[in-house]
Amino acid sequence: MQLKEGEKEQILSCVKDVLNKSSKKREDLIPILQKVQAKLGYLPALAMEIISEGTGVSGADVYGLATFYNQFRLIPPGDHQIKVCLGTACYMVGGDITLESFERRMEIKEGETTSDRRYSLERVACVGCCTMAPVVVVDDEVEGKVTPTRVDGIMLALKNGNDQTKDKQDQEQEDGEQQ
Amino acid sequence: MSEHVTITIDDRKVKARVGEKLLWTALENDIYIPHLCAIEEEKRPNASCRLCFVEIEGMSHPVTSCTKTVEEGMVVKTRSSRVDRLVKTGFELLLSDHDLKCRECPANRNCALQKIAKGRGLKLRQKRFTLIERDYELDDSPAEFAFNRSRCVLCGQCVWADRRENEIGVIGFARRGINRVVTTFQDLPLAESICKECTVCVDVCPVGALYYKKTAE
Repeated sequence: MQLKEGEKEQILSCVKDVLNKSSKKREDLIPILQKVQAKLGYLPALAMEIISEGTGVSGADVYGLATFYNQFRLIPPGDHQIKVCLGTACYMVGGDITLESFERRMEIKEGETTSDRRYSLERVACVGCCTMAPVVVVDDEVEGKVTPTRVDGIMLALKNGNDQTKDKQDQEQEDGEQQ
Repeated sequence: MSEHVTITIDDRKVKARVGEKLLWTALENDIYIPHLCAIEEEKRPNASCRLCFVEIEGMSHPVTSCTKTVEEGMVVKTRSSRVDRLVKTGFELLLSDHDLKCRECPANRNCALQKIAKGRGLKLRQKRFTLIERDYELDDSPAEFAFNRSRCVLCGQCVWADRRENEIGVIGFARRGINRVVTTFQDLPLAESICKECTVCVDVCPVGALYYKKTAE
């Protein structure tokens, strides 16, 4: 994924900051990666390169570690994160169909982020409310009984919601200009 | 204390150096034990290929001979029904996602898998597990050699050789479970990575995953 303007500097300063505060032994690698991800939301290739140089662990090993654990993500999360549950209950009532409709609507695969970085799609294993299966978590809101029709509804709401906040910002900007 | 211990492998008395691992003692004495991942210099063996099982008298279960240090008076059997069963399962699992086109493979007749199959009377074409067909992209970017991940058995010999040769480490293991691969940082093709094309990894590959282009012609 292409880095946005100013992101390179942000990554550089963040990683430098984390590395300065932490010891740089091989066993510190996981905490370092966790801290960087907590700040940036993901692990960009650039960050892993600097961490590899800083800790003396080879790039291939840092990459291997980051791809081994599910908690690390290598692509940035979208503004809106959608998590589709594929736990036993959700799977049995067609969670995979729900996931597929999201994939079709967003034109991305599970685990990816749209190119405008607005949406990201993930699969999770049980969010703890199996009576509402199939369950989807949109940002922090839990949606129950999500059928493909409901998927369209969720996407529409997110789009409108985005437009509304955008409109609001535009309005405020215009107001500011008028004053 | 003497430098050597005497152990019995398959009713044969053999001498072994103190601290040596059982697998290497057996191999030095021409006693065949299948193995893929074992590296003699490695202090803590991976024991990941699950092929070098032996029975040791006094132990309740078969153990991997690459991790077992020789002890005075040890009595070892390289074959038993339990050992054979474990090795067979391990071997079948390895082959369940292996690209079995031996005739097209540069390692044909010089392949560790073929050697194990011959040594233990196992079939290369296993029927027990569903065959997973790999469609990894062939990495033929280096000038002299190429890397076909569909033939890789994940023994780790190339990773070890790579670390010994250049300290930065070009290749390593990535991902998890059935998706595990040997790869470079960010999955770059070898020519675009920090690879210096020293080819030590190609020399140690026991199968036809890393191979010289000229042998494939």
